[in-house]
Amino acid sequence: MSEITINSYVILSTILFVIGALGVLLRRNAIIVFMSIEMMLNAANLLFVAFSRHLGNLDGQVLVFFVITVAAAEVAVGLALIVAIFRTKKSIDIDTLNLMKG
Amino acid sequence: MGNSFVFMLLAVIAVGSAIGMLVSRDAVHSALFLVLNFITIAVFYVVLNAPFLAMVQVTVYAGAIMVLFMFVIMLLGAERLRGMWGDRPSELVFAAFLGFLLVVTFLIALVMEGKTAVSANMIDSSPVALGLRLFEGYVFPFEVVGILLLSAMVGVVILTISNKRGKNV
Repeated sequence: MSEITINSYVILSTILFVIGALGVLLRRNAIIVFMSIEMMLNAANLLFVAFSRHLGNLDGQVLVFFVITVAAAEVAVGLALIVAIFRTKKSIDIDTLNLMKG
Repeated sequence: MGNSFVFMLLAVIAVGSAIGMLVSRDAVHSALFLVLNFITIAVFYVVLNAPFLAMVQVTVYAGAIMVLFMFVIMLLGAERLRGMWGDRPSELVFAAFLGFLLVVTFLIALVMEGKTAVSANMIDSSPVALGLRLFEGYVFPFEVVGILLLSAMVGVVILTISNKRGKNV
């Protein structure tokens, strides 16, 4: 079996990122939009680790550590916002959220 | 950077679970597909000489974050919405076209690059080495992330607390 190069990881990461971006653009359920954002972050993380391995440098892994931390904070705040929106509008369909004031 | 058979198998599972998340009608199914995707990426981390990050990926992402998602889905009872996609089908076609264009652009860039660079040798990436690197060069970002987590926690409590007593979800 032949060895895999960095190019394969770039392509795989791009495909995962595009699927996440399509989820953000197309789905109406706000929770699934959030899941798609998580997938985009994960695609970026995968590429960070792949380049860390490729270049023999540990800094990429440290950066992924920070990205995971920020993503955890972002999910907590985002889901709290979704719960708050659901309380006022009784729906999390993002096509119905067209007012700044509830 | 890994055996090509292992890579292809994992890549098929990762892309398949990502597409499953995108097209599932039920939000719970989407969440479970996303757990599968996260675990596949954790296996990629093991292949790529990052065992500590693989463990963090499983515990933090596939564990904590997805439990939070499942909890909110079931709390709100918002598994299914009436319409799954946006109102205009032209949006779907246009977004899919743009995504396809991005992948093709990367492919063209990689083909024009031509040469495949040789990877560096395996380095020590044990938790000890990672921790030393973190505290040698990244002490200030580490502190900033701590403050960020604290402020996020305070913000979440303020957002979800009910200002009228006795009136909850």
